[in-house]
Amino acid sequence: MKHLPSERHTLSILVDNEAGVLARIVGLFSARGYNIESLTVADVSDNHEVSRITLVTNGPPPVIDQIMAQLDRLVPVHKVVDLTDWGPHVEREMALVKVAGVGDKRVEALRLADIFRARPVDTSTASFVFEVSGSTEKVNQFIALMREVGLVEVARTGVVAIARGAEAV
Amino acid sequence: MGTEITGAEIVVQSLIDLGVEVVFGYPGGAVLPIYDALFQQNRIRHILVRHEQAAVHAAEGYARASGKVGVVLVTSGPGATNAVTGITDALMDSIPLVVLTGQVPTHLIGTDAFQECDTVGITRHCSKHNYLVKETAKLGPVLHEAFYIARSGRPGPVVIDIPKDVQIMKARYAKPGAITHKTYKPQVKGDLAAIEAAVDMLAAAERPILYTGGGIINSGPIASQLLRELAKVTGAPVTSTLMGLGSFGHEHPQFLGMLGMHGSYEANMAMNRCDLMVCLGARFDDRVTGRLDAFSPHSRKIHVDIDRSSFNKTVRVDLTIQGDVGSVMEDMLKVWRARGHRAADQKAWWAQIEGWRARNSFGFEQKGDSLLPQKAIQRLYEMTKAKKPIISTEVGQHQMWAAQHFGFHDPNKWLTSGGLGTMGYGLPAAIGAQLAFPGALVIDIAGEASIQMNIQELGTAVQYRLPVKIFIINNEYMGMVRQWQELNHGSRYSESYSDSLPDFVKLAEAYGWKGIVIEGPDDLDAGIQAMLDHPGPVVVDCRVAKLANCFPMIPSGAAHTDMILSAADERGEADDDAKALV
Repeated sequence: MKHLPSERHTLSILVDNEAGVLARIVGLFSARGYNIESLTVADVSDNHEVSRITLVTNGPPPVIDQIMAQLDRLVPVHKVVDLTDWGPHVEREMALVKVAGVGDKRVEALRLADIFRARPVDTSTASFVFEVSGSTEKVNQFIALMREVGLVEVARTGVVAIARGAEAV
Repeated sequence: MGTEITGAEIVVQSLIDLGVEVVFGYPGGAVLPIYDALFQQNRIRHILVRHEQAAVHAAEGYARASGKVGVVLVTSGPGATNAVTGITDALMDSIPLVVLTGQVPTHLIGTDAFQECDTVGITRHCSKHNYLVKETAKLGPVLHEAFYIARSGRPGPVVIDIPKDVQIMKARYAKPGAITHKTYKPQVKGDLAAIEAAVDMLAAAERPILYTGGGIINSGPIASQLLRELAKVTGAPVTSTLMGLGSFGHEHPQFLGMLGMHGSYEANMAMNRCDLMVCLGARFDDRVTGRLDAFSPHSRKIHVDIDRSSFNKTVRVDLTIQGDVGSVMEDMLKVWRARGHRAADQKAWWAQIEGWRARNSFGFEQKGDSLLPQKAIQRLYEMTKAKKPIISTEVGQHQMWAAQHFGFHDPNKWLTSGGLGTMGYGLPAAIGAQLAFPGALVIDIAGEASIQMNIQELGTAVQYRLPVKIFIINNEYMGMVRQWQELNHGSRYSESYSDSLPDFVKLAEAYGWKGIVIEGPDDLDAGIQAMLDHPGPVVVDCRVAKLANCFPMIPSGAAHTDMILSAADERGEADDDAKALV
């Protein structure tokens, strides 16, 4: 069943905000040979007891089912939701993109950034750091364009995601 | 409730409150406070093993035989790392354990202190759950929660790492009430609609089979009773995994024997040709399924398991029922009766099964005058069955021969390392079982190679006057390795000869055991009788035919229908795809 076509799935995992829990999740993926495309984690509760992990993975549907079941049986996991199966949801990623250059390239970088609603958050006479956010595709595209105008380095957050509508997962 | 006690005292008091009677362990610097607390009480018995790995296997044997949680106490660093094999073994075979490990004091954690290791890091993926307890006040709640997690749901090992300063500091302790967990809530009761659907499928099946596993043992003796009732009302044949042996009487006409790589021809053929497979507390392990794309191609499959992650892991099934297998079978029987079902006509199915059974796949042919290992185990069974013995094994050919030729009537009488396949499991497991049942006949059926992996535990049995028997099937080879070399690697016996073996009789005597040699067929009955007549522990060195192999066998990567029934079918050299499989 591992030969079926792969699908990209975005999972929300609510876990105890305790030492070692992230290692448990990541170790599960490495031990069982599952993929992690991106992973973000942060405390999201008032009382600092629960963290929310957004994990993007890919695999054939039966493997995705296995991933859900394996995550669900970990003791510190409160809830696992496959947002891709859940329905409409918003995915966002943020990147900080450093570009160096002078003259026309510098001007072009600024113009492109404007089109992508990327904001300069640092500047020197020979460089910018842009903050860009949006879908993974949009961020990818912006970075690709920046390569042509002096890309130096990139830091990305990975995907965070939340379901649309009034309800919580 | 007012007074504060030390962390070590909290550990011991919690164990007492949890009903623990026996702890298997080995002291060391980082657990001395707990050992001191143990010294000053007389409710819990501590069993001093000779190696921490054996402490865990002994606790597994104790747990498997008694249905209780096995408890282990070891020190930090090497104490914990030595325990890792046992912890992994318990995870693979779903054995409930709580393993307490000492740790260096909290202010030294992370400094590469003497006998420090990252115990929670190392055991994170070989335990069901683990804890590092950094506050004395949390020790009590953590211990009680750990027992709950270890024994509920799919049982497994839980590790609690306790820094030494946490053992020394004081806190209040109160025995908690019923444990609930905010996130961990195992599902015991199966979904009724799914159970009804399963019963209707079972009633309509013309070629059903009940494929049963270790989950039935874990569910408790009542589950074995319910299985027998379910088999009775449905008329379906029953096969069992290695871990499930004893949940159904081996002599029952509906029992097809163990299935899988070294299972019976009739069990494997029936699995292949059934129209409905009901998997009860088993997990479609690779030893059971053989080649997946040829596994039971024409059947609908129902899977009952307490662990959702077992569903559709390797084999796609048509209906899943998550819940305790005992509870689900109870509901299945209720629904079956409420609907007034009668089993469908299975005459043709049973005729087919009888045809496969007539092949007598566990049969063996006496050639020459050497003692065949299968014969030795058969006689051991015949001569001990009235005593309802508890059997443990090591891992290898002797283990498979024991599974094939020893008869198991009742649950909790068969202790073997199935998932991890740990050589060295049998002797400590037998010690653990003997502690749970001091009056029982406990026999470790061993191989001469495996037994040496935890041979030091001979001393433990003597210290606690445990009359454990070890029956070594001695063929002077790591027989299963040699068998695979014959099948797949042109009989090049690379490092599989057991050279420089000890004199097992002298070794036994050096430890204060009785030693007996069985040289050949003529000594067999007398040797077994002498073993049974001796009230203390006995090592029997049973010299068997050196080159006997374990058949029938489904070679790696082959289908159920491609069983090798005897040595005449061996291939000699496998292709690379088959060589790459385990």
